[in-house]
Amino acid sequence: MEVSSLPLSPSQRGKLIAAGYTTLSSLSSVSAPDLARDLNISEHEAIEILKVSSQSSKKIDGCHAIVTGAQTAWDMLYEEEFMTRITTSCADLDNILGGGISCKEVTEIGGVPGIGKTQLGIQLAVNVQIPIDYGGLGGKAVYIDTEGSFMVERVFQVAEACIEDMPYNYPQKDFQARKNKMQPENFLANIFYFRVCSYTEQIALINYLDKFVAENKDVVLLNQVTTKFNEGSYQLTLALGDSWSHACTNRIILYWNGNERYAYIDKSPSLQSASAAYSVTGKGIRDAASHCKRVRIM
Amino acid sequence: MANKLISQMGLPKSIGNILAARNILTAKDALSLTEFELMELLDVGLSEVTSAVALISEIACPPYQTALSLMQERVQNEYLAGHLPTRLKGLDEALLGGVPFGAVTELVGPAGIGKTQFCLKLSLLAALPANYGGLNGRVIYIDTESKFSSRRMIEIGATSFPEIFHLDGMAQEMAGRILVLRPASLPEFTENLEQIKLSLLQHQVKLLIIDSMTALVSGESDKDLKASKQHPLGWHISYVKSLAEFSRIPIVVTNQVRSQNSNESFHYPFQVWNNDESMKDLPRMESHLVAALGIHWAHAVTIRLVLEAHSGKRFIKVAKSPVSPSLAFPFVVTSSGISLVSDDGIEIPGPEISAIHCQGYDDIFDFNR
Repeated sequence: MEVSSLPLSPSQRGKLIAAGYTTLSSLSSVSAPDLARDLNISEHEAIEILKVSSQSSKKIDGCHAIVTGAQTAWDMLYEEEFMTRITTSCADLDNILGGGISCKEVTEIGGVPGIGKTQLGIQLAVNVQIPIDYGGLGGKAVYIDTEGSFMVERVFQVAEACIEDMPYNYPQKDFQARKNKMQPENFLANIFYFRVCSYTEQIALINYLDKFVAENKDVVLLNQVTTKFNEGSYQLTLALGDSWSHACTNRIILYWNGNERYAYIDKSPSLQSASAAYSVTGKGIRDAASHCKRVRIM
Repeated sequence: MANKLISQMGLPKSIGNILAARNILTAKDALSLTEFELMELLDVGLSEVTSAVALISEIACPPYQTALSLMQERVQNEYLAGHLPTRLKGLDEALLGGVPFGAVTELVGPAGIGKTQFCLKLSLLAALPANYGGLNGRVIYIDTESKFSSRRMIEIGATSFPEIFHLDGMAQEMAGRILVLRPASLPEFTENLEQIKLSLLQHQVKLLIIDSMTALVSGESDKDLKASKQHPLGWHISYVKSLAEFSRIPIVVTNQVRSQNSNESFHYPFQVWNNDESMKDLPRMESHLVAALGIHWAHAVTIRLVLEAHSGKRFIKVAKSPVSPSLAFPFVVTSSGISLVSDDGIEIPGPEISAIHCQGYDDIFDFNR
């Protein structure tokens, strides 16, 4: 590894190279006082430089793996089997998603105004909190709103309906006892809402999220990306474009098909391209009314 | 938030001075560069850059609230949990109370359908004293088409609330609370909007109406609009929205309609394969009108009410709302403003709710009702 790629300041790197220290190995054998004299810097600074270079070299000769940081595909398969997913409350949609929206991946959801993107986001923010013994994740949600479309009254409606429907999906005898603890207010208390008004704030937020998540355990991130679409020549595309689409693992497009709402998996490394119908009801996202037009594989 | 000064963030002096020396003064300046770019620019090591960026990010990050505290705030502090009732029973029910505070509500429809009438009524409702169900505040009415008629407004007031308007001086008091601005050009409009921000809180303004948003740009051909990367009203759209959220007042904006262009499309690439019947009857065939401001605007509004006419009747449709199903209510324009013919909305499934019809309607207002 070359010295020029060490995470040091440009002037420090410049001095090292000028003094003839171009490789890490050359630095591994020199002492701090010698380095300080060669570079005409303080001994303290020399110690810092040597610390950085030894950290970098440790990463390279790491004895754990053949290539540091790599995971074998087998280990990843094991992880994938247990990868948690958040249900969308629509069985057809869950099916084409392989169970729901997966937690370790970034999923982009796009579509025309009024199709249900915010509704889906709110549904997921509620569903992630479903307790584990009801088939959920028992987690919390971070909702990042760049559009101002988050209406609290709606979240309350959806949370209420979710609690009501829980015993039907997972009948358990002690639901009545738990019911006191499960109020819509509890669900609302576990949704952390950030309102972002500029791209600077968005960058700041992403940087800060690491710390935020560490401080609040068991948080599942829901960054609902609200995308717009442009009317191009005879085709619709999502406004954030191709450069963005490379960053997301999965992409779902919500669209109208006649009078029904459909979701289409536009891009996914592991899921088949398919579309499924869903509906937006007073209770939130649910199965489509007509059960004849179900999942269509492309 | 983006313009927060780094000098006030409490960074360690050494890095703070270097940032200032390199003209990185606000959070925006610092966060617009990647960590490596900052390293090169400031001539410091990666670990210092990382910790500085982390601190700046934490301070520039918008504060969070739980959804619960958001709701409690609204319910406790705001009139009717943050809604201005329109006094149209069916519509108010569908909107869970009325026109929401802190959001932009759009009225779109062809000329003469009743958008301005609706706005005049709303202005009165906001000006009314609290014991009559109003917001007891001032209203700012930005009138870009010179459609505001104070005579008509007094008439609406006298017919809808005779008990108030017949009191001495009340008509004058109510009319006095409505401030009308008439910008003649886009720059003037921009200036008006900027000034409003300051006076909103000082003068207890409870409602802002912009009638219409499109008048000042409708001179441009669609080609110009599409060619320029930025929509001429782009700044105004986000400004109006942030104004609503910051001041927690309802903002109502009217939007004109224009005819559809032939090259506007409603299909995604993957939909082309589906050549079954459902594709043939598109709502597009029936309606040749679309909202003038386009898709960027449509995403920015929270609630969109479409006013249209067909089969000899007028309808007000809740076309976009996070809290309501797609309902259409037949209405008429009377001497007391707008009133619903029926409070039971007609459910309209599918994208039809957003279509705008304009098939000949009676232009003459019936003042005898």
